[in-house]
Amino acid sequence: MIKELKSPLRIVLDNYGKINPESIEEYIAQDGYKAVGKVLREMEPGQVVGEIKASGLQGRGGAAFPTGSKWEFTAKAKDTPKYIICNADEGEPGTFKDRAILEGDPHKIIEGMIIAGYAVGAHHGYIYIRGEYLLSINRFYKALQQAKEQGFLGEDILGSGFNFQIDIHQGAGSYVCGEETALMESLEGKRGNPRFKPPFPPSRGLWKKPTVINNVETLANIGSIILKGAEWFRSFGTKECPGTKVYAISGHVKEVGVIEAPMGITLREIITEYARGMRDGKFKMAQVGGTAGAILGEDMLDVPLDYTSLKEKGLVLGSGAILVMNETTCAVDMLKCFLNFFKRESCGKCIPCRVGTEKLLQLATAISQRKGKEADIDLMLHTAKVMQKTSLCALGQSPILPIYTILKYFKEEVTEHIKGRCPTGVCKSCFLEFSL
Amino acid sequence: MKLRNKEKDIIALLSKVQREKKHNYIPEDKLRLIAQEAGLSYSEVYGVATFYSLFSLKPRGEYVIRVCDSGPCHLMGSKSIFEVLEKELKVKIGQTTPDSKFTLEEVSCLGACDEAPAMMINDKVYGNLTPQKVREILEELKKKK
Repeated sequence: MIKELKSPLRIVLDNYGKINPESIEEYIAQDGYKAVGKVLREMEPGQVVGEIKASGLQGRGGAAFPTGSKWEFTAKAKDTPKYIICNADEGEPGTFKDRAILEGDPHKIIEGMIIAGYAVGAHHGYIYIRGEYLLSINRFYKALQQAKEQGFLGEDILGSGFNFQIDIHQGAGSYVCGEETALMESLEGKRGNPRFKPPFPPSRGLWKKPTVINNVETLANIGSIILKGAEWFRSFGTKECPGTKVYAISGHVKEVGVIEAPMGITLREIITEYARGMRDGKFKMAQVGGTAGAILGEDMLDVPLDYTSLKEKGLVLGSGAILVMNETTCAVDMLKCFLNFFKRESCGKCIPCRVGTEKLLQLATAISQRKGKEADIDLMLHTAKVMQKTSLCALGQSPILPIYTILKYFKEEVTEHIKGRCPTGVCKSCFLEFSL
Repeated sequence: MKLRNKEKDIIALLSKVQREKKHNYIPEDKLRLIAQEAGLSYSEVYGVATFYSLFSLKPRGEYVIRVCDSGPCHLMGSKSIFEVLEKELKVKIGQTTPDSKFTLEEVSCLGACDEAPAMMINDKVYGNLTPQKVREILEELKKKK
């Protein structure tokens, strides 16, 4: 089980480690499925959408799109049938918060999906779980079975006349399938290539039908919002980004794991108070939001970690992954690692990403091997900028962030490599040649 | 072999074939059969099978070792894990041992960053790896018949 650090506030993780995730009885004893009862008996679909809109909940997968608006667009779409998809294709390096929820409290996700279905008029939901998450998949199968037996799924749920079923789709190993339209292609049994947008999923999604696609953590917030109200939810976090965020912390800290905190907590608080400080060495940098995220240096330790505050600085919170690195880490070596990831996971559909990710890796590798030129730095930035403007999906649009921010903080270290010296001694070939 | 529904969920079908097939792979005749069943061209099914990293069209070992080298694992020393595996198994990434026991693969993030560096062997995740721990795991597996 993933370790949960001492969370200052728990909405999504309130049952985490407290109940047996394989027991629906224990979930029900914690007011589980009460929100389903409430919406089916007391609320009109429009009211449910209104409540979620009023709560200000934003998509927790990384894009931070207002969940209520997504639901509203889908509810208003004329075409039928409509679908609900839970995106559990968590593949962003450093991110394991959805796995914590899937393994620790699967019924919370099911409850969110049923409510989403009722709100928009969908009767069929899919959860797309990445193939590597076998425990999550097994737990989810069990949870679905139990929910069916208890009458929370199937025909005429709780005597309301509302029908809803959920199927599991197992991924087969592809990062880009976390992108919503690629995920839908994959669900349809095809290669996971992203689609051109618009049209967006609320008008044309799965099988070209109106579709709500929400992240695991987003859906895990729904039940509590319905039971306790939008105002209650808004009393946490910041004005622009209400509620909590589940962060996943890894790297050179004493305690790694997940932590739920109100939006707006700072990196310093997370590292020093909750992760109990650096495991060894001194803080050098942290990457926030996964490999597609930005590098934050010491001057960013006190920036609130929420969507708006980071966006104002040209950064992203993304999935909420936080990778902490100490001074023994080589900036060029890590950059090479990030770019290798993008190159491997590029789906190849659009040219900027297919060619660009390869080129970027070549440039970074050359720099790490003392074969780089000063001009390569600008070439990398230029390439990544073109990719940002012209790539079809977030994969090709993202490399600019880690590249730009590494150069912002560690340009000197990169230049040292070009001159033939790796200051940390991590890039061995560089170091060896120099010492000869 | 029957398709579950008209939705042509060939990904589920490919997974099933691979799971049941010795050597962890999808042979060409099965690909052709799936194409026929689904009413798709062979190239379409081939395109799907080669898109996803969990599928292989080449026979692999009894144990497929997939080591993560994404950010968190790289930071925590996945390089030394690759080195010890390459040395012990005498294969490079993407290769299978001559006795068809082990295949070594590189994989993108497994979502096990809380126990980095991590690897997956078939269905099991091994975390907080050290070169010593990797040698012990290999010894255990080599003993199994």
